[in-house]
Amino acid sequence: MAKNLIIKNGRVIDPANNIDKKSDVLIVDGKIADISPQIHSGGSEPRSSGSGSKDDMVIDARGKLVLPGLIDIHVHFREPGDEEEETIASGSMAAVAGGFTSVVCMPNTDPPIDDATSVEYIHRMGRQTRKTHVYVMGTITKDRAGEQLSDIGFMAQAGAVGFTDDGTGVQNASLMLRAMKYASMFKNIVLSQHCQDNSLAGSGVMNAGFNSTALGLPGIDPLAEEMMIWRDIQLVRKTNMLYHVQHVSTAKSVELIRQAKKDCLPITCEVAPHHLLLTDDDCRDYDTNYKVNPPLRTAKDIEALKQAIREGVIDALASDHAPHLKSEKELEFLAAPFGIASIECALGLYIKALIEPKIIDWPQLVSIMSEKPAKIIGVDKGTLGIGKQADVTIIDPNLEYIVDVEKFHSKSKNCPYNDWKLKGKVEYTIVGGEIRFSGLAPAPVAGVQSRGSQP
Amino acid sequence: MTKNDFIWNRKNLIGLRELSREEIEHILDTAKGFENISTRSIKKAPTLRGKVVVNLFFEDSTRTRNSFTLAANRLSADVIEFTEKVSSTSKGETLLDTAKNLEAMGIDIVVIRHSAGGAPKFLSRNINACVVNAGDGYCEHPTQALLDTYTIRKIKGSLEGLKIAIVGDIAHSRVARSDIYAMTKLGAKVILVGPPTLMPAQVNQLPVQVSYSLDAVIGEVDVINMLRIQFERMGQNPFPSIKEYSHYFGLTVERMKKAKKDILVMHPGPINRGVEIESEVADGKNSVILEQVTNGLAVRMAVLFLVNQAAMIKE
Repeated sequence: MAKNLIIKNGRVIDPANNIDKKSDVLIVDGKIADISPQIHSGGSEPRSSGSGSKDDMVIDARGKLVLPGLIDIHVHFREPGDEEEETIASGSMAAVAGGFTSVVCMPNTDPPIDDATSVEYIHRMGRQTRKTHVYVMGTITKDRAGEQLSDIGFMAQAGAVGFTDDGTGVQNASLMLRAMKYASMFKNIVLSQHCQDNSLAGSGVMNAGFNSTALGLPGIDPLAEEMMIWRDIQLVRKTNMLYHVQHVSTAKSVELIRQAKKDCLPITCEVAPHHLLLTDDDCRDYDTNYKVNPPLRTAKDIEALKQAIREGVIDALASDHAPHLKSEKELEFLAAPFGIASIECALGLYIKALIEPKIIDWPQLVSIMSEKPAKIIGVDKGTLGIGKQADVTIIDPNLEYIVDVEKFHSKSKNCPYNDWKLKGKVEYTIVGGEIRFSGLAPAPVAGVQSRGSQP
Repeated sequence: MTKNDFIWNRKNLIGLRELSREEIEHILDTAKGFENISTRSIKKAPTLRGKVVVNLFFEDSTRTRNSFTLAANRLSADVIEFTEKVSSTSKGETLLDTAKNLEAMGIDIVVIRHSAGGAPKFLSRNINACVVNAGDGYCEHPTQALLDTYTIRKIKGSLEGLKIAIVGDIAHSRVARSDIYAMTKLGAKVILVGPPTLMPAQVNQLPVQVSYSLDAVIGEVDVINMLRIQFERMGQNPFPSIKEYSHYFGLTVERMKKAKKDILVMHPGPINRGVEIESEVADGKNSVILEQVTNGLAVRMAVLFLVNQAAMIKE
């Protein structure tokens, strides 16, 4: 069993409980036991200098942020089927290195996660790895083929936290309506959609616009995304089903979602870091690390997404971590697969996109990286409330680092942010009261205070 | 005309979008010097003797390929024809593998045609040999646009102030894109003509005018470049029928009656007689289609000469 852990002197931010203050956090038996100033090790006894209790671990978090564990509700860990790109083990290691205590794997594996056995398999691999909590969404349709409903009930019973055909949207409106109606008989199931109308997206490989024209590459019209969002909003209007829009990328999409929320529909949405930091201008050298789906859009779209984040229209930030081998990406832009691997630097990217330009403040960022994502997938997480499982992320908000893809724990390096200077280094990722990642070496051991403390 | 102080320093010709007016003019001026080699009794110059040129064509082509081969031969280079089918996935031999293999053979210039836009640029990033784009996807076809402008300049003296219509499938045309860059940089006004379904995204950001009516522009242009309708794109159904397309956008004898007397009729070939152009017009007195082919040789010799020269200077 995990030993008691005391996190001292950090700025504790827990939006769910309206906490943002300098405080200590006590973790006992893997649960949050206390948040108050001046918690001492060795139980209630004040610490006598020179001899800490053998049972306690102490982390000095002076100048650091102590946050409810970050949750990434959109990752691709490629297992089963493409283990050369990523495994649940390597992805989980990357996740905790990025500060994420929970992730949600997408089901577009090979074979896809479309039955209860597969759901259980992902959970088991996650447990064995003992890094981050690994959740999974099941497919909406069998074999992700967009033709027949998957075993939504059985998968939900097995613990799937939502359903999506991610990688593609459910094209058939009648089928999507049926999925919503059917799923609505179960409690708190969310249907999550990669919104893209294939008939409009065609064989596009980047945003349709002047850049695609100049580069001579087939474009994906923003309408492809917007049409499906619009369609699904109408279906939600009819079914009142919990519905989540994945990786929103266009200004018009944001507008549709904003309006749907005003109409009190149960709709949530997420934004990926690349849609806040990169544009289709970045595709101009045919660098396939910028090939992603939905494609990189324009500065105008970025502004709209940021404005929506400021207003609270966006419920979650999600990396859409999509690892691919170097050999797969070293192809013509037309032929390379879509995807950016970014889970290890996602936090720094959000800080760069949202905190540095003062779009939102820290409590707001924590809310859409932990509290609200937990709500979307319906898990009892995303808070440092007393008695909750102790998933905690400790970061140094000001420490700068340079992204080095070669040091990624992820098996794949398809990341356009290599050499970027980012802030917000992850110091500790604590899952269920256990330190599962430490950005400092060596990790603190029992009875010894971490650096900066008196012997 | 040649500017003495100008030094060409590109070892690759990827596209005309990135070239300055001065650079384009320098290629055309250089081509002029090569033109008479083809009329000599001994049609060879020693310029590329001992150099190896690879024709790396992943798409079918007759005239561009032959033109490059002949151009390289006339400059005394050795030419390798590479015709292997290459996989477009990472499972087979990739373009990168092919490039590295060629590099290992010690070739000097790669002439590449590929169905993916950006393939020549990708290649140039990964090998040291000179790379010449012979057409990539619907991105660029620089030597075609160079021979187009060369032909116009030769007949009209200059492109300055000319009005040029490019008619047809603009969206999927690399010729149109390269033509737009070259022609506008040399001072011409370009009008794109075709149905809206064959116009690329945000075409209005290009330095061109757009018209959906050939009848509206036929009377005012000095040059008309008829693009080939690609039947393989008909699956996308950009217009209802060939017949309807020809009716609105075909260059017919009837339409030619409204044109300027000295209009130049161009076509990058191969032509679809009776589709985008009527036979009588293609073979008529205003047609310079075969002159384009002739000039293509001089232009490609100039390009091979220049990239090789730049590579030697860099060494």
